[in-house]
Amino acid sequence: MKLLEIDHLEVAYGSIRALHGISLEVDEGEIVTLIGANGAGKTTTLHTISRLPPPEAPRLTAGDIRYRGQSIVGVEPHDIVRRLHIALVPEGRHIFGNLTVQENLKLATYARRDDDRRPADYDRVFDLFPRLAERRRQRSESLSGGEQQMLAVGRALMSGCTFLMLDEPSMGLAPLLMYDMFRALKKLNRAGMTILLIEQNAHVALQFAHRGYLMDTGAIVRAGTSAELLADPLIHQAYLGG
Amino acid sequence: MPTTRIPPRQRLTLPLLLAALLAGIMALAYFEVIDLYIQTIILFIGINIIISSSLNLVNGHMGEFSCGHAGFVAVGAYVSSVITVALFTSDRVFGPPLLPPQLAPLGFPLALLAGGAAAAVAGLLVALPSFRTRGDYLAIITIAANYIIITTVINIDTIGGARGFMGMKRVIFAMEEVAEIPWMVLWVFTFTILSLIAIRRFVSSTYGKGIIAIQQDEVAAEMMGVNTNRIKLVAFMLSSGLAGIAGGLYAHVIGYVNPKSFDILKSTEAMVMVYLGGMGSISGAVLSAILFTLLLEALRPLQIIKWIVIPLLLIILMQFRPEGIMGNRELTDIFPRLKKLHRFK
Repeated sequence: MKLLEIDHLEVAYGSIRALHGISLEVDEGEIVTLIGANGAGKTTTLHTISRLPPPEAPRLTAGDIRYRGQSIVGVEPHDIVRRLHIALVPEGRHIFGNLTVQENLKLATYARRDDDRRPADYDRVFDLFPRLAERRRQRSESLSGGEQQMLAVGRALMSGCTFLMLDEPSMGLAPLLMYDMFRALKKLNRAGMTILLIEQNAHVALQFAHRGYLMDTGAIVRAGTSAELLADPLIHQAYLGG
Repeated sequence: MPTTRIPPRQRLTLPLLLAALLAGIMALAYFEVIDLYIQTIILFIGINIIISSSLNLVNGHMGEFSCGHAGFVAVGAYVSSVITVALFTSDRVFGPPLLPPQLAPLGFPLALLAGGAAAAVAGLLVALPSFRTRGDYLAIITIAANYIIITTVINIDTIGGARGFMGMKRVIFAMEEVAEIPWMVLWVFTFTILSLIAIRRFVSSTYGKGIIAIQQDEVAAEMMGVNTNRIKLVAFMLSSGLAGIAGGLYAHVIGYVNPKSFDILKSTEAMVMVYLGGMGSISGAVLSAILFTLLLEALRPLQIIKWIVIPLLLIILMQFRPEGIMGNRELTDIFPRLKKLHRFK
């Protein structure tokens, strides 16, 4: 079943057009990755879906975004989380540095009304990232970069999301930690989470995702299953290094 | 030793202590054990507690930077003064009292609330721009709001313009006609406590969690489903509304208001109290309001040099204890035993 459909989406920052009519879709239970160079419009796509508040918000000029068949253009950003249960793990993590790990996770339950399911979600986060359980009373700004990224993902889970979008979760992580992170995401996906992921490291991303889209300067230039994309000579040349 | 339930008697300790304190001060004032000067200082402490804790809601808990708090104090001061003077006294401009002056003790708190409501509406001047602006830019907007309010007052001649507005003492006399008690002590005390309860309830509610999230990272707050615009609107309006109540009390304690007394210097005083006490600490705001009022009185002989000494103290404070007296902690965090006095939900 189609969960997210993006239909000829055009987006601009001021008078500068950032997306030139892209179309993509994500099915329920899938992992889909957006790959491409810097400035290709990957982050813009995620921000447009989650309707981040200004000044980050890109302006949608044409096209449509549908979630479970309904247009979500014009839905307020807090309602994207609250009602549609779409969570974004942004680039730069945006964790609450002053608060402890536990407080960060607790704050993430702000919009939830289902008190009974929260304990299970805490367990799920600590099961996925045992490091966070060890450090639950520690101020989160004192965590390492990898642990902060885990916290950012954990916080998104605590919001009760069923669709998770991640903006470069591997950024700044040591290779070992990066694989840990992807393993955790895979585990989440097996338990039913739909994931849309932005990644610069095309090789890793395609090994891990079911399908992928290659973006270049605001347009989608290739689409296909991970195996197809990995075999594509263009991608091989430009992004996988020969 | 499991103590799962707190006996109700213990839970009432704080309200009882406060009632005793109020009765004590009122008795001292009634029997003239403390003179009018000391009484006025006590009243100023109460008013400053409201001003500092309400500004603390925006600058401390929410982490915005509002420097025009005195503007909202002015709105409350003028609106409630005009209402009480027009209703309960015979005034040169507003004519004979519109209601029998015997109703003054009932009408006064309502007039205060009306002043607070007007100030809350004036708070929209800051709340609406805050949706799209933050940090330094919002700070400039708050200064502008302060000046818009003062200039508006100066240009309305019916309320005295730049000369100021008086006649509030006659409202106090009207109340004393009904019963010979120190009315202002009663009102200042009551509204100070009510304001503190309102703020405490607000920051410990679900809204309060949203405020913490906004203070930490606005984008992240929105991403977690916090309706940042609505929370900012409510917080700014509550903050300026309470400032308006403080303004109404101030006007009736002094008996005279003048646009000059609500300019940027007054806003600065409010900010000094917030940063002295500690951002995001209610007990810090209370403590610093007490300290600051006493300090201001102690330095009165220095006259204008006072305004060199106080900023200097602020600079020293920022150098050696930038988080203020309390930081973002409450008294109950430092002395957990105080919790026994009262349980907040």
